[in-house]
Amino acid sequence: MTKIQEGQVVKVGMADWKMAAAPDTVRTSGLGSCIGTVLYDEKQQLAVLAHIMLPDSGMAGNKEINRAKFADTALADIFSVLQRKGCRMGQLKAKLAGGAQMFSFSSGSEMMRVGPRNAEAVKQILRNCNIPVTAEDTGGNKGRTIEFDPQTNKLSIRTVNQGESYI
Amino acid sequence: MSLTDEIKPMHLDVLREAGNIGAGNAATALSQLLNKKIDLNVPSVRIVDFQEMQNMAGGEEKVVAAAFLRVTGEAPGSMFLILQKEEAEELAFSLTGKEVNIIDDSFDELAASALRELGNILAGAYLSALADFTSISMQPSVPSLAVDMAGAIISAGLLEISQAGDYAIVIDTVMEEAGKEEAANANGQFFLLPDPEAFYKIFQSLGVEWND
Repeated sequence: MTKIQEGQVVKVGMADWKMAAAPDTVRTSGLGSCIGTVLYDEKQQLAVLAHIMLPDSGMAGNKEINRAKFADTALADIFSVLQRKGCRMGQLKAKLAGGAQMFSFSSGSEMMRVGPRNAEAVKQILRNCNIPVTAEDTGGNKGRTIEFDPQTNKLSIRTVNQGESYI
Repeated sequence: MSLTDEIKPMHLDVLREAGNIGAGNAATALSQLLNKKIDLNVPSVRIVDFQEMQNMAGGEEKVVAAAFLRVTGEAPGSMFLILQKEEAEELAFSLTGKEVNIIDDSFDELAASALRELGNILAGAYLSALADFTSISMQPSVPSLAVDMAGAIISAGLLEISQAGDYAIVIDTVMEEAGKEEAANANGQFFLLPDPEAFYKIFQSLGVEWND
């Protein structure tokens, strides 16, 4: 008996990234200043979702780091894994969501602006690699829960006040 | 050696006592403000990864109202007053006399500023008791208020810590109205998240040995 294959939802935590192939989807919850970066290959129906916290691994000093936490190290690792999976860099596309500023302070600490800096850091790296950002919902001051479906290449974005939308 | 390898049960006990003193003062302030008896749980001091930290606030997607402030001075850190939805609405009603739903338009500037001021008073009471206990001067910033998913809110307080490591030491104290049914699950939580460099100063001030 054949069964229609139902997709699983692959969950990604903070400072982590995971890969999903159709019919599975990949999801991360409660993005604030963190940036959800989806890299997908339409041909292979394969996607990686990274929940990136900070723009640059240089911020950590010389310590041993969790590479998935920083934009530069996370994306470098993801590119090499995707290439091993047979994805060509020229076929990859990206969608971004997150990078909000949840709290505002008049004193304007640089750390509080980390959301916009995260978005900028990711976009800069993608530009350098000639990977187009096909859609994004970044900035603002709202938390987001996102889920990417590698079959439709749609990214669903849910917020507390505005419900669900797709980009 | 990272902070979390160095820290011993004795250090956690000292932090628990510090949290107890701070939250005790805050509960007294809240009790006077609302003219109700407020119960305080013994604080828990835990070394948690970022995921657990979000779960402590109710889960990544749970909608909470949070006042967040930065503490500057010799022992810098971040502090949250986290109110679950029902608790935030009840407190806003007690303070303004208006029924609100924190996730729609009825949550107006008046209700928001009442909760922000509540955060200001409670955090001020907490930190001034803590500053007296440790003889460390602590200057709280004016709090900022947000109503959103707990995950998104908590991550703002993890930024300083996340540069140095993947674990946070969090002093968590739960306040609740005395005699309330537990099922109501309406409570307020304080999270104090000292920055990594603050621990040495705190332990030194309290005369606890610390190999930095």
